[in-house]
Amino acid sequence: MDFISILSIFVLACFVGYYVVWSVTPALHTPLMSVTNAISSVIVVGALIAAAAAGSATSKWLGLVAVALASVNIFGGFAVTQRMLAMYKRKERKDA
Amino acid sequence: MPEAAHAQPAWVLLAYLISGVCFIIALRGLSSPESSRRGNRLGMIGMTIAVVTTLAIHEIASLPEIVGAMAIGGGIGLVTARRIQMTAMPQLVAAFHSLVGMAAVLVGAAAFFNPEAFGIAARITPTFGPSIISILPVSRVEMGLGVAIGAITFSGSVIAFLKLNGNMSGKPILLPLRHVINLSTLVGILALIAYFTTDQSPWVFLTIAGLSFAIGFLLIIPIGGADMPVVISMLNSYSGWAAAAMGFTLHNSAMIITGALVGSSGAILSYIMCRAMNRSFISVIAGGFGGDAVAGGAAAAIDRPYKRGSAEDAAFLMSQADQVIIVPGYGMAVSQAQHALREMADLLKKEGVRVKYAIHPVAGRMPGHMNVLLAEANVPYDEVFELEDINSEFAQTDVAFVIGANDVTNPAAKTDKSSPIYGMPVLDVEKARTVLFVKRSMGGVGYAGVDNELFYRDNTMMLLADAKKMVEEIVKNLA
Repeated sequence: MDFISILSIFVLACFVGYYVVWSVTPALHTPLMSVTNAISSVIVVGALIAAAAAGSATSKWLGLVAVALASVNIFGGFAVTQRMLAMYKRKERKDA
Repeated sequence: MPEAAHAQPAWVLLAYLISGVCFIIALRGLSSPESSRRGNRLGMIGMTIAVVTTLAIHEIASLPEIVGAMAIGGGIGLVTARRIQMTAMPQLVAAFHSLVGMAAVLVGAAAFFNPEAFGIAARITPTFGPSIISILPVSRVEMGLGVAIGAITFSGSVIAFLKLNGNMSGKPILLPLRHVINLSTLVGILALIAYFTTDQSPWVFLTIAGLSFAIGFLLIIPIGGADMPVVISMLNSYSGWAAAAMGFTLHNSAMIITGALVGSSGAILSYIMCRAMNRSFISVIAGGFGGDAVAGGAAAAIDRPYKRGSAEDAAFLMSQADQVIIVPGYGMAVSQAQHALREMADLLKKEGVRVKYAIHPVAGRMPGHMNVLLAEANVPYDEVFELEDINSEFAQTDVAFVIGANDVTNPAAKTDKSSPIYGMPVLDVEKARTVLFVKRSMGGVGYAGVDNELFYRDNTMMLLADAKKMVEEIVKNLA
């Protein structure tokens, strides 16, 4: 992919982000933060490339540490979001 | 050809795109609690696709180590997520932000030391001497920016964590000449990134990282406790931009889409928080709010007359009411009063009282903090209202029950032009027939450091006690 296609993806994704996030209900702003946290750990992709590559030992170990840090975030972020979302309940209706 | 280095099979590009789309749908799901759980699962699927794709296309020289690193990290993450108390959510989010920041710095460093693995290097073979591996100039800028933003996110989030967790005072720390120091450091970082395109020596790279760690630290220490909701949203945004910058370096669409989503999400939350405090983003970043006025405000609070009530009075007043609106704030989180509060609401409902909750956008230490705590205590979310949806109802309400909130109820924000919080949208609790205000003691002031004129009104009754103990007493009197 050349720079311009990448830039296009980025700019369009910013717009998508803008509209999607405004539609999030304020009651779920905390889960929004924890889930964005979890997904920004997609940076693990870069860490995996570094950890998997042969060639530089420094690079490999930096990558491995980054894999571990990003994993804390991925597993922790999704799990804590799940836990929070499970708590949001509607009023119990008597006829239900 | 620089592009050739990035050539990836079409299915790989497609897989990263799908993973990006999953993340978009995951955020879209948060528009209602119903769809949010499915959204979160899609987020997990997206992440799995990204990880599996990456592992599938690379020759892996060290699988056991990678699996080990993921198991250790994942284990720590899962245990933390399960054990963490809901009241500690702001600290946890700050800690998680710092990890994203650090991971970005490490990935940047790994790419710097092994650029060929990332496909961002060209091997130049001069006529004489050994061949040189040169990182592409565009990649150097992207890498520099990614590392700088990552480092700022890391050190800034560490400070935010220490402040939120109480390891460090929430009061702003003001260095002399701090604006000059901060601006020159920022200019220095940008200049070094520009210079990095001509000289790829390690010292340039390391100085960029070092200065960025320093600026992250310097930017957050002058910001006071009341502004933490903005800070934490801003750091959320930075962690996204760091991921996006790394996505540019790696030409990875999943990272770019995610980075843009997270970046704009954090930016919008910061904007909402600033608007809710009537402060400009610049003035929050400049810091210093909530430090200076504390002494004056506290002194003025001592000799004015106020009405003090007991749990018995409160129980009686509320059980006679048609409608009670509960206004929770950070103090409720500190004393963990949310469960007792729900018990109180249940008893009131049995007496035929309508109970609603009113939430100010900046109540607590992060966006949506109060909503999560109430949800934890099994308060149905359709009883919980945002400021603009409920503010007109206070005039027809018998009792406003303020628990642990202060500045967000201060009528001075509407009337007193000299007040530091003038112009901030506040909950009109004083319009209720009676205001019950739970507060630990009369001495302290809110985080903005201003006295609350609500305390001395004729229709206000102060309930001076720990929030949780007071609510439990009221519950006893109601039962």
